[in-house]
Amino acid sequence: MNTVSDGLPQSPPPSPPGIQHHPAPLIERNSAITEPAWVRWSLILVALLFLLGFLLLPLVTVFVEALRNGWSAYLAALTEPDALAAIRLTLLTAAIAVTANLIFGLAAAWAIAKFEFRGKSLLITLIDLPFSVSPVVAGLIYILIFGAHGWAGPWLMDHGIKVAFAVPGIVLATIFVTFPFIARELIPLMQEQGTEYEQAALSLGASGWQTFWHVTLPNIRWGLLYGVLLCNARAMGEFGAVSVISGHIRGQTNTMPLHVEILYNEYQFSAAFAVASLLALLALLTLGVKAWLEWRHADQLAATRRH
Amino acid sequence: MSPTVFAQGHTPRIARTSARRSVIPGFGLTLGYTLLYLSLIVLIPLAGVFYKSAGLGLEGIWAIISTPRVLAALKLSFGAALIGATINAVFGTLIAWVFVRYTFPGKRFFDAIIDLPFALPTAVAGIALTALYAGNGWIGQYLEPLGIKVAYTPLGVIVACTFIGLPFVVRTVQPVLQDAEQELEEAAASLGANRWQTITRVILPTVLPAVLTGYALAFARAVGEYGSVIFIAGNLPMVSEIAPLLIIIKLEEFDYAGATAVATAMLILSFFLLLVINALQAWARRRHGGKP
Repeated sequence: MNTVSDGLPQSPPPSPPGIQHHPAPLIERNSAITEPAWVRWSLILVALLFLLGFLLLPLVTVFVEALRNGWSAYLAALTEPDALAAIRLTLLTAAIAVTANLIFGLAAAWAIAKFEFRGKSLLITLIDLPFSVSPVVAGLIYILIFGAHGWAGPWLMDHGIKVAFAVPGIVLATIFVTFPFIARELIPLMQEQGTEYEQAALSLGASGWQTFWHVTLPNIRWGLLYGVLLCNARAMGEFGAVSVISGHIRGQTNTMPLHVEILYNEYQFSAAFAVASLLALLALLTLGVKAWLEWRHADQLAATRRH
Repeated sequence: MSPTVFAQGHTPRIARTSARRSVIPGFGLTLGYTLLYLSLIVLIPLAGVFYKSAGLGLEGIWAIISTPRVLAALKLSFGAALIGATINAVFGTLIAWVFVRYTFPGKRFFDAIIDLPFALPTAVAGIALTALYAGNGWIGQYLEPLGIKVAYTPLGVIVACTFIGLPFVVRTVQPVLQDAEQELEEAAASLGANRWQTITRVILPTVLPAVLTGYALAFARAVGEYGSVIFIAGNLPMVSEIAPLLIIIKLEEFDYAGATAVATAMLILSFFLLLVINALQAWARRRHGGKP
């Protein structure tokens, strides 16, 4: 019985002589590759309890706490000037960061997927680098450059340009932490699609731009949307990197997550949760669209996620 | 979100001659822009950290890192991230298994919810977890009488690290389990292996590289995590103060050198650990011949 070979995953092993065959009734044979019902249901129970405690309850908590003092308090917390300023800044930051990373993602995917060149895998690794850097460190690197004691900060300030503790710094830090999202979605997708369609279009006389707009882009649009969706969710919700570089000036350099933190630290819990609930709604929307894309357009999402 | 795209995404492609490839235009423009943007946003600023810490010298860095407060913070950040990633490796694999192999009501909903930590802003997750696990929270009120305090203790840091890392393991293991050939299990069973033997000797080796990949990604994310941790941690120096927070505190004191030293230590330690885990993964793949 204990001779089930270690080599089993590679190849069907020759029947080891020591194994005894138990002629089993039909029902047990069916259960040979599954577990008894009680094991199945206990495993399901454990998994769902884990998801409940770690994911679902925190989500529900946000909305319950937000409405603790009633709808009018909820709406008041969302419509006060500082909250509105934070919402505006978050939308602006995300719009710039997503656009910048979208252009970069398209360029990087085009270069990497359509051409062969040396150092390609190194380039792919470097594009992924921001994912393994702590958001706080991401904020720090821009402070070192643009801060009042940084390398470029004093010179820029002399010329009237403020980056750290101002909107440009917030945008830069957000671009850094969302850097790989769209590129890493597009690269495997475009690699898999190859260059046949583009070559056909070009040989029929289309220009490079025409090929890109009318051939490449329609082929990757759902994968692109997927990347934009995830990039946007992270851009709107980024906290650590932005927290370092924003300076927390109310009404000016406060994004929504930072506004949540300030209200929370001032013990205005239900106001904090009210602003947080907007971000939670954004997360739910993101998950909804994401699930829809995965269900409806699985063929166009990156190959490794297809299942 | 697929954390494994670049780790394992060698899509088989039809070989083409380089002459036919060069028909496609835009190589110089796109590669040039990619390298410029990458350098300006990521490489040069990151190099700045190392340049700055090089100015401190090894002794200078060590003098800052070896202070008890910094050591305690680094220990907590890496320790909690390791424990969180381990919890995720176990429960994430179990969850992936349950979602691939079994059917139950609400499956699609829960499957979508797994990605919540990717989509929910970390600050929101932080205050929600704190409200939930505080002494008067929905979960905390049942743990407190048992003598388990979660919020404002290192245990809270572990909870936050677990929250943030869960989808990495589930989403890495799920597709591998899906592709695993059930014929192998049937073969094992028909050769007389009982279910437990089949699971430990056939299924587990197949998914092990994926579990390790998910483990590495969950760990890397948790070690630098800030937003979801600081609310629940309580931030007591020497007890529940994480390394990223220490960087912020040093920056607020205009101690750029100190902040840079801690950041450098974190960068080097996490790159090193990722290397180790990558090596482990390569070993697991060779040892078991399982598909990545």
